[in-house]
Amino acid sequence: MKSLAILFAIFAFCSVGQSKQIIVGSKRFTESYVLGEIARIALQKAGFTVVHKQGMGGTIILWQALRGADIQVYPEYTGTIAEEILKTKQPLNTDGMRALLRQDGVGMTGDLGFNNTYALVMRRDRADKLGMRKISDLRNHPDLNIGLSLEFLDRRDGWAPLSTRYGLQMQNVRGMDHALAYAALAVGSIDLTDAYSTDAKIEENNFVVLDDDLHFFPQYQAVFLYRLDMDNHAVAALENLTGTIDEARMRHLNSEAERTKDYTYAAGLYFGQKYVSRSNNLVEKIGRLTLRHLELVGASLFLGIIAGIPLGIRASRPGPVSNFILSTTSVIQTIPSLALLALLVPLPFFGISSVTAIFALFLYSLLPIVRNTAAGLQEIPTAVRESAAALGLEPQAQLWKVFLPLASRTILAGVKTSAIIDVGTATLAALIGVGGLGEPIISGLNLNDTGTILQGAIPAALLALLVQFFFDGLDRVFVPKGLRLKQ
Amino acid sequence: MIKLRSVSKTFGTTVVLHETNLDVPTGDTTVLIGPSGCGKSTILKLIMGLLVPTAGSIEIDGEQVTQANILHLRRRIGYVIQEGGLFAHLTARQNILLMAKHLKEPVEPMETRLLELCELTHFPEDGLRRYPVELSGGQRQRVSLMRALMLKPSVLLLDEPFGALDPMVRARLQDELKEIFKRLQQTIVMVTHDMAEAAFFADGMVLLNEGRIVQSGTLDDLRTTPASEFVRDFLHAQRGLAEI
Repeated sequence: MKSLAILFAIFAFCSVGQSKQIIVGSKRFTESYVLGEIARIALQKAGFTVVHKQGMGGTIILWQALRGADIQVYPEYTGTIAEEILKTKQPLNTDGMRALLRQDGVGMTGDLGFNNTYALVMRRDRADKLGMRKISDLRNHPDLNIGLSLEFLDRRDGWAPLSTRYGLQMQNVRGMDHALAYAALAVGSIDLTDAYSTDAKIEENNFVVLDDDLHFFPQYQAVFLYRLDMDNHAVAALENLTGTIDEARMRHLNSEAERTKDYTYAAGLYFGQKYVSRSNNLVEKIGRLTLRHLELVGASLFLGIIAGIPLGIRASRPGPVSNFILSTTSVIQTIPSLALLALLVPLPFFGISSVTAIFALFLYSLLPIVRNTAAGLQEIPTAVRESAAALGLEPQAQLWKVFLPLASRTILAGVKTSAIIDVGTATLAALIGVGGLGEPIISGLNLNDTGTILQGAIPAALLALLVQFFFDGLDRVFVPKGLRLKQ
Repeated sequence: MIKLRSVSKTFGTTVVLHETNLDVPTGDTTVLIGPSGCGKSTILKLIMGLLVPTAGSIEIDGEQVTQANILHLRRRIGYVIQEGGLFAHLTARQNILLMAKHLKEPVEPMETRLLELCELTHFPEDGLRRYPVELSGGQRQRVSLMRALMLKPSVLLLDEPFGALDPMVRARLQDELKEIFKRLQQTIVMVTHDMAEAAFFADGMVLLNEGRIVQSGTLDDLRTTPASEFVRDFLHAQRGLAEI
C-alpha cells in the first residue's frame, strides 16, 4: 500500500511541477553543474521559482529533455550545437545557428564570454624559461617531451591536423591517460599536454595555456539554450549573463567547485555572494538521496510484484505462452541498463523522468519474480496437486489456498532477488537526473573523486544488505510456519 | 454404484487403460489389484475426474461424470493417496477442515464431526495443531483419511493407502481401517498391489494387467478357477508365509 502511495506521489510530482516553475538542466561535468547553478540563481533573483536538475546526462539527453519541455534551460557550447545537435556540414555563424534552433522551438543566449575548447598547456616555470606563449613557438623546440590524451591523439580536430597546420615536427610524442598526463606534467616528467581551456586543473597546478595563434581549435563558446516559450523576463535574466565570464574566471569557478564539491558555493562566487548549498549537510544529503533511492526501488518492485506473480503463475503451465513469457523476461534482463534507458527516453510518456527510471527498474525486477513464481508452482508434487483437486476445490481456490502458499518461499526469494538487483540498478537512474544514490556515484566518477563516489556507494551497499535482512524477516510473515519447520 | 462403460485412456500412443467395463456395488469394498502400471490407479483418477477418459463414460450413483458436475461429485467422494497428499503449510486441523471452511459449513457441526473422526481414526486431539512434517507416517495417513471423510462422502477411494508405511504400523492401521469400513458401510474402492491386503479388505477383487481387467471375483474364485496363466503367476508370486 505504501509503495502505491509513493508511486502516485511520484507521478503527481512529475506531472505538476512543470507549468509554473523553471527547470534548469546540466550535463555531467563540473563546469556544466556550475553554469546550471549560475542560471538557477540568476533566474531566482529575477523572481522565478527554479529547480536545477544536476548532471542529467550527455548532450543528447539534455537536448531531448529541452525539446520535450522536461527542462527549460541548460548550458551548451556552440561547437557542440553545430557538431552534435544541428550536425551541419558547413560552418555556421551564430545567426545561422539561431535560425536553425528556432525551428525546434529553442533559443540561444549570447556567449557567456569564454571558449571551452581544446588547449595545449605547460608548466608556467618551464614555459617562462623557454619563452613560450603560443602554439607556433613549439616550432623552435621540437625536442620537447609531449604526453597527450589518447582521445586527443585520435580526434579529427586533434594532434595530427594541428601539427600539419602549425608545421610542427615534434620528436617525442606519446599517448597516455588524461589524468596521468596532468600528474606527469605537474612533476615535470613531460613538458606539454592537452586540456580543456577552462579545466580547473589548469588553475590548481598553475599551468599556462599556449595561445592558439592560428585559430586551429573550433570555437566552443558557452551559451544557454532555452525554450522559446519561456517567460521573456527569464530570457532577459539569462541574456544579462552574456559576456560576463572569461576563461580565467570560469577556471577559477571550476577549481573552487572541485575543491569544495559545492556547486552552489562556486556559482555564488560569480555573484560575489556566499550561497549555502542545500546539500551542505552530508547526513541530510545522504538521507535525502537514500529516501529517493527507496522510492525508486519501492515503486518499481511493487509493479514488479503485481505484474510478475500473475505472469509467473501463467508461465508455470507448460506451453508456448509460458515459453514466450520466460524468454521475453530473460531477454529484457540481458539489455544493458544504459541501453534500456537510452531506448526509453525518446518514447512519448517517458522522457527524462522518474517514470522512465521506475519503468526500467520494473522491467529488470520481472525475471526473478516470474521465474521463481513459475518454479515454485512447478515443484509442487503431482500428488499434492491432485489432492487439492480431489477435494473439490475450484481451480482458483486451489491456487490461492494451496499452491501459492506452498510456493510462497520460492516466490519471496524471487522478490528478494529483484529488490537487491533494483537497489543496485537504481544507481543508474542518476544518469537521467532522477536522483538517488547514483547521483554522488556519477558525479564522483566525473570529478574523479573517490570520496564523492563513496557517498553513494557505501549507502547503496548498506541498503542492499538492509533489504536482504528485511526480506529474511518477511520470511516469517509470509511463509507459513508448516513450511519453515524441519522434519 | 459406480459404473464404467467402455472406458479407455491413452496418453499419446500409449494405452494405459483398454476399453473397460466395471461395476462397483454400493456398500461394498472393491479392491483393484495388479502389478505396477496395470492401470489400477488410472481407474481411480478417472472416477475422480483427475483424468478425462479418452472414450466411454463413467457414472456415479446414476449421475454421469462431466466437466460441469465434477466439482460437485468430487465433494461427495473421499480420496486418500499413498503419502497422504497433505498440504505442508496447513496444520492437521486446517487440512481436515479446509474444504468444509471453503464451503462455509456451520462451525459447530464441523467441530463435532472433527472430534468424531479423531475418535474413529484413533488420532490424538492434540495432534490436530501439528503440521504434517511433525507427524509420523501413520498419523499422516489418519489425517488424510479424516480429511477424506470430513464431508461424509458416499464413496471412498484409496490409492495404496499403506504403501509408505513400515510393516508394524501398516498392520495396525489395516486392522483399524477394516473396523472403520465396517462402521461406515460405504462404497469403497481400494487400490493395492498386495494380495494379502486385498484379501483382507475385499468383498470383491478386480485383477488387472497391462491396462485390462483379467479377472473379477473373490480370492477363492481366483485361486480355484484362474482365468489365465497370469492370474496363477500373480497369486503364486504373492504367496503368504503359510506356503513357504
